Amino acid sequence: MSDTTYAATEEGSATAVDIARNPAQRALPLHRELSRVWANDKGLWGQITAVSHTTLGLRFMATAFVFFAIGGILSMLIRAQLATHDGAFLDTEIYNQIFTMHGSIMMFLFAIPMLEGLAIWLLPKLLGTRDMAFPRLTSLGYWCYLFGGLIMLTALLFGVAPRDGWFMYTPLSSAAHSPGINADVWLLGVTFVEISAIAAAVEITVTILRQRAPGMKLTQMPLFAWYMLGTSAMMLVGFPPLIAGSILLELERAFDWPFFDIARGGDPLLWQHLFWLFGHPEVYIIFLPAAGAMSMIIPVMCRTKILGYGAIVAAVLGLVFLSFGLWVHHMFTVGIPHMALAFFSAASVLVAVPTAVQVFAWIGTMWKGQPQLHLPMYHILGFFLTFVMGGLTGVMLAIVPFNWQAHDTAFVTAHLHYVLIGGFVFPMMAAVTYWMPLITGRSRIKGLGETAFWVIVIGFHGTFFIMHLTGLLGMPRRIDVYPDNPEWIWLNLTSSVFSFVLTIGFAMFALDLLLQITLGKREKRDPWAAPTLDWAMPMPSPNYNYASLPTLRHLDRPARDVIMPLARGEGALPGAPRGRRELLVTRAIGAEPDHVAILPGNTALPLVLAASICAFVLLMLASLYLVAAFALIPVAAFIWLWGRGMSPVGDLSPVEIAPGTILPVHHRAKQSLGQSGLVALLVADGTLFGSLIFGLAFLSVVTQGPAAGIAGAENFATLVGIGIIAALLVIAAWAARGMTRMAAMIGVAVNLAAILVLIWLKWTQMDDPTGHARDALRAVVAGYVALHIIVATGLAAFVANQHARGEIDQVTRGAHPAWRAWQGFTAATALLAMVILLAQAFA
Amino acid sequence: MKRVFALPTALLVAGCDSPLSTLAPAGPVASDIAWLWGVMLVGAGLITALVIVLIILAFRRPSETNARFWTHGMGLWFSMIVLTLLLGAGLWVGERIQPRDDEAVIVRAHAFQWGWEFSHEGPDGDMIASSDLLHIPAGRPVDVLITAEDVIHSFWVPRLAGKMDAIPGRTNRTRLVADSPGEYDGLCAEFCGLDHAFMRFSVQAHENWPPDLSEAAQ
Repeated sequence: MSDTTYAATEEGSATAVDIARNPAQRALPLHRELSRVWANDKGLWGQITAVSHTTLGLRFMATAFVFFAIGGILSMLIRAQLATHDGAFLDTEIYNQIFTMHGSIMMFLFAIPMLEGLAIWLLPKLLGTRDMAFPRLTSLGYWCYLFGGLIMLTALLFGVAPRDGWFMYTPLSSAAHSPGINADVWLLGVTFVEISAIAAAVEITVTILRQRAPGMKLTQMPLFAWYMLGTSAMMLVGFPPLIAGSILLELERAFDWPFFDIARGGDPLLWQHLFWLFGHPEVYIIFLPAAGAMSMIIPVMCRTKILGYGAIVAAVLGLVFLSFGLWVHHMFTVGIPHMALAFFSAASVLVAVPTAVQVFAWIGTMWKGQPQLHLPMYHILGFFLTFVMGGLTGVMLAIVPFNWQAHDTAFVTAHLHYVLIGGFVFPMMAAVTYWMPLITGRSRIKGLGETAFWVIVIGFHGTFFIMHLTGLLGMPRRIDVYPDNPEWIWLNLTSSVFSFVLTIGFAMFALDLLLQITLGKREKRDPWAAPTLDWAMPMPSPNYNYASLPTLRHLDRPARDVIMPLARGEGALPGAPRGRRELLVTRAIGAEPDHVAILPGNTALPLVLAASICAFVLLMLASLYLVAAFALIPVAAFIWLWGRGMSPVGDLSPVEIAPGTILPVHHRAKQSLGQSGLVALLVADGTLFGSLIFGLAFLSVVTQGPAAGIAGAENFATLVGIGIIAALLVIAAWAARGMTRMAAMIGVAVNLAAILVLIWLKWTQMDDPTGHARDALRAVVAGYVALHIIVATGLAAFVANQHARGEIDQVTRGAHPAWRAWQGFTAATALLAMVILLAQAFA
Repeated sequence: MKRVFALPTALLVAGCDSPLSTLAPAGPVASDIAWLWGVMLVGAGLITALVIVLIILAFRRPSETNARFWTHGMGLWFSMIVLTLLLGAGLWVGERIQPRDDEAVIVRAHAFQWGWEFSHEGPDGDMIASSDLLHIPAGRPVDVLITAEDVIHSFWVPRLAGKMDAIPGRTNRTRLVADSPGEYDGLCAEFCGLDHAFMRFSVQAHENWPPDLSEAAQ
């Protein structure tokens, strides 16, 4: 293999979207060959080491459903307590834990993982590829989700669960007012779970942008992919503020750094801003995937094509943009001036417009076609009825004066259940019933599903419709008894009775799925006669999805016409002749073929890494902070091992994916999936940095607390120290541009020196972070920079090691691009942080 | 027109014997908001009915339909017009009920876990404190200055006005108006820990101001 072949393939046929047909083969041997390479290992061990998107997507969804059931049982306890006015059923402490856990479980352990699971399971099938971009990351995300969820559930069993409401307002959740580990369970547990959200967002983004079938332009991809692209962008920007807030609150609780303590220049409203900067986009993070599923299902159910594709894409982009401008509508009663509220009120109202565009496009699609009442369609009608009403009460709540009355009452409880069950649970039920044949290969047993639907609709509206009135009659959220308000009794009793009907409905829905899995007859391929790629494969879907990958000629055709050509290997990259997991990577906009990615196989490393992070979290919970710091050493070691797994070893010769189309493997590609993933991760990382800077600005400008002491930065020694760090980081960033072992060694040395100077600054110059909130936040920013320099050191050392092993050169670049990007990001954020800190010190 | 308002009126009647009902306003601030609610309820009812009818009609035979009618006509213009009108009404009401610099009586509300400390200006200019009972004049605007001792609470007298949070380190201001003398119920609306459900208080609106509390006590 020479470099000339590489150059030739890159400039030559590689960019042509039109890929020649591969010769047809016999389907069965192809299937066997692929199964051997792509299948999970056998038995329980196989479940531990599985990295397949099909296995993990389904497991995400199944686990989320179990958490849904647990959250549902908690809600039954709440409704039992409220059925009478003196609720002698639960004591207040337990009741507070239960409603906090109900909300937290439904948000963080059901809704988010459910949509991640659907996307992970469905996207590769829909886009015409064989797996997600980073299979091991999918698995890591799953284990972090499971372990974080189990930590929270265990706390509930031992009666030490979070009890401050699912949005954890300070100072109620501070160490002074919430002693014990209850709040820490929330902060550490949820943050642990959010590793899976960030991981999913990164790989969803990369998969959609880089793994579409050749020729599937951005503007032609199935709408679900557009919705998920919007969702993952929102997750990358929406979750970091929550993670930042959780880290700050945990630091305050553990080390008395007073970010939210007014006596020392902190501000409880900073928490609310950070929380809702996440919390409102979160609502659309949950809604968009559900809406995406409906945009796929409605046209199929109506035997037509979607109406207004362009308008829907525009609406999705509009929603993504607007959703970041309306977090303050959760804070209309905190005392912000009315004219400032008017802006957020307008934004909150405006967000209804793109939602309306989608709803009317779906109704128009139903007019255009002929709706057929299959079971998924029932749930879609349930969506329309429920979500439209929830959307309208949402508009009401966006109107400031009405919000002042309805805020924090049962009216809001009713509204949010209309939006979340209407806008998420009904579409998810439509999605599950629609894709069940592909999941199980079996058809449904008629009757039970329809009955379950009606029971759910009656139970839901019976519970929550009347709750609007309960709220308007003055019943606040989160109370456990109301002895002085007999007028609320019949309202609450009604809600409680119907809530049990609702639960029975969900149980019937689950039973229907179980029956389909166990007793259903074999379903024929493509049962809905769909026009999308997800149905152009055997049922149940095999781990490898396609025996050969769809190309331009297989797009926009009925699935039944392309099943056989793909199964016979006529598409690109047929079979697994090299005995490794391969898929085709394309370019972001036009989907021209770019290179062939070789994916990792089954491995237990994700489980081991997640377990080591779990050990760190548990030690933090036990307040063993010093030991916890040492627990990060195995975490770092496993990440190193993870990186070793990506080393360019083995056969690196170019691959002929079809007659005349020869592509390089990803180790020698210009822009690999890993590099795209790092860019996505840095977007989230940069948002985290931005959240900290937002906090610093907020405490300086808005908070009316005692002034900060004189920052140590005025000291000459500090200035010299900061100057040295800046110079060292610039040198490191320059070194990272060189492709030699020497450059990597310089990188290690310079980063280490920067860490030493930073440590010296911390011990000799920095103000005590417990003294004032702004000093504490400056210390966090310094810590952020330090952490990034440490990671940069590790990356430089990793690259030096790859040079020493002789694995990398000018063409095969190994981890070098990752180090370069990270080092540049580190230098940029560090310099920015220095400028801001100095400006604050001298202002 | 009468029939259009029948439903909200029925709900208003249902709210009459409810001491915490936002639908039984006892002053202009709460009345304005209740009016806003009535308008929104009717509008929301009509829009829900419209959507249901459109969906039922979709089950007829397939018809050639203009995509722009749905995405631009209904999605964009219809919703924009409705929402703009509503936003305008909301801002108008919001401005009307704002505290402003006029002859409003100033009283104070201080929230703590779990109770309220109120104070108003007595006849001789001293501040008179009272626990879980707030004295205000009837028929005059009253601005409540709201503070908190420990965690976040929220001051709410549903029949007189909307709620306003009590936040440590901040002083918030909200306006109450009671049309006639009497007692009105209030509560803490923001979850504040164990005894949140019992953090109730009363508002006594007096004919004469400052009130003669010795007489009121009798």
